[in-house]
Amino acid sequence: MIYEGKQKIWKDYQKEIPDDHWYYVRSCIRQNFFPASERKFTDITRNDLGKDVYETPYHTTCGGIAYHCDAIPQETAMTIVARQFALMTESGYENYVPSCVTSFGNYVEILETWREFPELETRIREQLWKACRREFNKPKYLAHTSDLIYHWRNEIAEKARYRLIDKETGEPVRMAEHIGCHYAKMFPSKGIGGAEYPYVLAGMIESWGGQVVDYPERRHCCGYGFRQYHMKANRGYCVSNTHKKFESMEPYGIQAILTNCPGCCYFMDRWQYVISEQTGKTYGKDGFGIPVFTYEELAGLVLGYDPWDLGLQLHQVAVEPFLDRIGVEYDPKAKYLGLNKEDLLKPELPTNLKCF
Amino acid sequence: MKENVVIIGGGIAGMEAARQLLLLGYHPIVVEQKDRLGGHVGQWHRLFPDMASAQDLIRGLGEEISDANIFLETKVNSINRLRDGYQVMLSNGVNVACRSLLVASGFQLFDAARKEEYGYGVYDHVITNSDLEAWFNGKPDVRIPEVPENVGFVHCVGSRDLKAGNLECSKVCCMTAVKQAIEIKEKFPSARVWCFYMDLRLFGKKYEDFYLGAQQEYGIQFVRGRVSEVGETADGRLQVKAEDTLTGKPLRVRLDLLVLMAGMACNPEMTRLARMARLDIDSDGFLKSLDNIRSINASNRPGIFFAGACTGPKTVPETLAEARAAALDIHRYLQKGL
Repeated sequence: MIYEGKQKIWKDYQKEIPDDHWYYVRSCIRQNFFPASERKFTDITRNDLGKDVYETPYHTTCGGIAYHCDAIPQETAMTIVARQFALMTESGYENYVPSCVTSFGNYVEILETWREFPELETRIREQLWKACRREFNKPKYLAHTSDLIYHWRNEIAEKARYRLIDKETGEPVRMAEHIGCHYAKMFPSKGIGGAEYPYVLAGMIESWGGQVVDYPERRHCCGYGFRQYHMKANRGYCVSNTHKKFESMEPYGIQAILTNCPGCCYFMDRWQYVISEQTGKTYGKDGFGIPVFTYEELAGLVLGYDPWDLGLQLHQVAVEPFLDRIGVEYDPKAKYLGLNKEDLLKPELPTNLKCF
Repeated sequence: MKENVVIIGGGIAGMEAARQLLLLGYHPIVVEQKDRLGGHVGQWHRLFPDMASAQDLIRGLGEEISDANIFLETKVNSINRLRDGYQVMLSNGVNVACRSLLVASGFQLFDAARKEEYGYGVYDHVITNSDLEAWFNGKPDVRIPEVPENVGFVHCVGSRDLKAGNLECSKVCCMTAVKQAIEIKEKFPSARVWCFYMDLRLFGKKYEDFYLGAQQEYGIQFVRGRVSEVGETADGRLQVKAEDTLTGKPLRVRLDLLVLMAGMACNPEMTRLARMARLDIDSDGFLKSLDNIRSINASNRPGIFFAGACTGPKTVPETLAEARAAALDIHRYLQKGL
């Protein structure tokens, strides 16, 4: 691997990211998959970094999930997006940051389509006006939340309580990065580092002390692929793709995976349980799996947030070996206590995948 | 006194045209940016389909144009229109007045690093057709393993590629891949060699025989399908994913060496010249011939002619034939003012 070759490509795929004043929209599925990640994004950006990140409870889904499942036509998704932009405009913002990678891809695709076909934008404006008497400005800047964490990665590193360093060996933690398809594969120029050798997550790992490890199936789909999962008959194909990735990863001693897509994080985490039940195989050390993190979770960990406040107890793969590796302090007994210390009850443990 | 004809470009087109113009009694002045004549062919090892030596071709042409005035490491700074010709100012301070000019500025090899999915410049064992020719000519290359067991060739890298902004077929890559695959098999008889193609455009004399020989005598595998991505394995080998469109199945192979058949792209120097001499540029970015049937050597400017790959991808025999035709066109123009 020629690292300088990658650096040259990374230089070609950078984008302008304003340092402050962002209008934030949440994901419709992340709240269920990893409920603390979005909350911690606002905590980290507002409280730790002192940024103006505004959100309104009136926003909805962007329609991207239905569009990519072929449940709604693009024009419907466009009108939903037009309303989202209207809310941003009414709030006095011009920098738009969605939390979901599919939303980001959806917004980019719609803005690019309107650029190519202005008459379509005019029609959507008319439809929005007829539907809810709203008008909108298009965002001046559009970024994904992982772009913002990337943009502020060095500020986070300066405030970090922990580094991605194995406290026993002093070696950087070996991490794989996995971007969602909708982040850059549709429009490589819109993603930091492009689509083939993306840098958005690799940059965070490097800034926080870890080592990025490449493996042959790095670019392969996580397995989710929308219709691969949402059509029940295709779920075998969904898990077989995830299995392919983990088989490819196996020889590289990868200790954690960082993702920026709700689906990737969820399926690479949950399918490790399914693979272990089906094949008896696990991919971490000593019968554990390989933990899969969102970038908010990893940022929260290095900043010293309590792992259970970050929602890490909701991961299928046990995160404790990773926390021990980088020396994060935590109370094992508090893992399944809710916000008010109410006992959430311990889940049933898998047969083969070691968990606590 | 013999009449000057300025030839811009010292590749095979410029050299062959200079040879013909000398024979016709003119004084050709060859202007070449590099420190040697021969252009891309000068870097090549053997030429299809007869496996003739490229060096012998360049040497032969060079000997026959020893009476021409040759300026190496020289650029054209400006071209000004005179009443009955042009004044060409060169970067070495020489000014030439001439009634006719030949543009033979050739092409530029497509930058294979732009096809990021193939990993040129990122993975250790990915090279281009040009790199392989240099290695055949004796230039050491650490990217080429001592004894590669599995070698792949990817056709159409940056050719017929809308996304890369290069829609033209580069014409020579299919046959070059077949030739290079055979040369690899000759050097490493036990190697398995794969060619990944989208179409095989084997249109010239003996090309089809050459292709059949590659399959029957050398056992080269031709896979109709494009490579989707290249990755690197733990032992530093390459994992190549492609689709075999004839069997309708995805394909994954481990290779020790991958050769990218980088296509012909228009030369940026040509664009600069076009601006200077007010020459028309075609929709594909190459120089625009007056027409593409009877006047392929003629430009939109009086007395300025074209030869070779400055108007689009060409094979070596086509380039040489065009250079001879251009020399005759120039002769006719200078004799009759046509």
